[in-house]
Amino acid sequence: MSDRDNIILQLIDRHSQRLLSDWLAHQRRDAKYGGTQREAETAEVARRFLDHLRAGVQLAQFDDVERPEWRPIRELLEDLSRDRAVQGFSPTETATFVFSLKEPLVALLSKELRDDPERLLRETWTTIRLIDRLGLYTIECYARTREEVIRRQQQELLELSTPVVELWEGILALPLIGTLDSARTQIVMESLLQNIVDSGAEIAIIDITGVPTVDTLVAQHLIKTISAARLMGADCILSGIRPQIAQTIVHLGLELNVVSKATMADALALALRRSGKAISERKRLAAPEP
Amino acid sequence: MAEIPILRIGDCLLVSIQVDMHDQLALALQDDLTQRIVTDRARGVMIDISALEIVDSFIGRMLNNIAAMSKVLDAVTVVVGMRPAVAITLVELGLGLTGVRTALNVDKGLALIRRIIDNPERGDADRER
Repeated sequence: MSDRDNIILQLIDRHSQRLLSDWLAHQRRDAKYGGTQREAETAEVARRFLDHLRAGVQLAQFDDVERPEWRPIRELLEDLSRDRAVQGFSPTETATFVFSLKEPLVALLSKELRDDPERLLRETWTTIRLIDRLGLYTIECYARTREEVIRRQQQELLELSTPVVELWEGILALPLIGTLDSARTQIVMESLLQNIVDSGAEIAIIDITGVPTVDTLVAQHLIKTISAARLMGADCILSGIRPQIAQTIVHLGLELNVVSKATMADALALALRRSGKAISERKRLAAPEP
Repeated sequence: MAEIPILRIGDCLLVSIQVDMHDQLALALQDDLTQRIVTDRARGVMIDISALEIVDSFIGRMLNNIAAMSKVLDAVTVVVGMRPAVAITLVELGLGLTGVRTALNVDKGLALIRRIIDNPERGDADRER
């Protein structure tokens, strides 16, 4: 057992420089990216990877990368795949880092064990299995990082798309952008109601200029938002209804039961009139005589 | 059994619900309130539910009933102080409380009642335009 473990260890010990340069050459051949700085960085990571691999091979069971002895190498791979995922590398490019170690390692093995084909086969098999595991682990990390990025973007999009604006004292505007699904309606409703409580507004203008289509579901969500605002003592005015959407609403037979205006400007004018305010043109003062 | 106090502010009555409602209490409240509207010649009824964290269909129906009864006695009912979470729940339940006027707080509720009493024909028309 011990000498079987040690053949890889010996190889790494004796031929580490050669292994490293061969490996890097393979990576250069396989991957398309360039730039000397990146290469220096990759070389550094590769060197540390070999160190950790050596330590791991010395201590641990070969084919179980979940064992604590492999933790340094796992962490290294996590960092690497996170970096590359963020920088926009493809999964293949990321995993190539690990997989391209196969060829130089197997080449060394076959030279070493030329006289013992049976053992060569066995060692090659274990080596390939180990590297495959590490490679798969890299891809997993990569996917996880990408998923995190997507989740964060979703969250940001959600927050981004639901601002409540105070147009005037007691008049709120809610410009909706994008399709209204249940999750978004919930957030829109919550932030609108909270703003009504905070500002004491009595009129809310819901602007749907940025809503691409209004179907029965979107209308249902709009009605819910409007009723909830009404329960909090705020009247809603719907604005930004495009001609196409007006037609759709009638064709679908939707009954919104709310005052609606074509543009936000009209809605604001109505809101001001209701709250007893008016915007008037200022009389221009005559230019003073010289 | 706790009794829900009915306070008089000018020609308005203020009811603040702060305990869990059940059938008996709701019936007693309806009795008391209709009685007081008549004896005090009240023109407005304000129901404050800012202390309620849960409003179910039962309370929703009770509010609608009180509004309908007051209307018969020529008093306008305004529900005030609903919490955002309660409003969302009611809407999800499909209870829009369409028969009831609403206001954010007691202050705005009083102003709304005053407005409706002063312009009976405009009070509702105001919303439609």
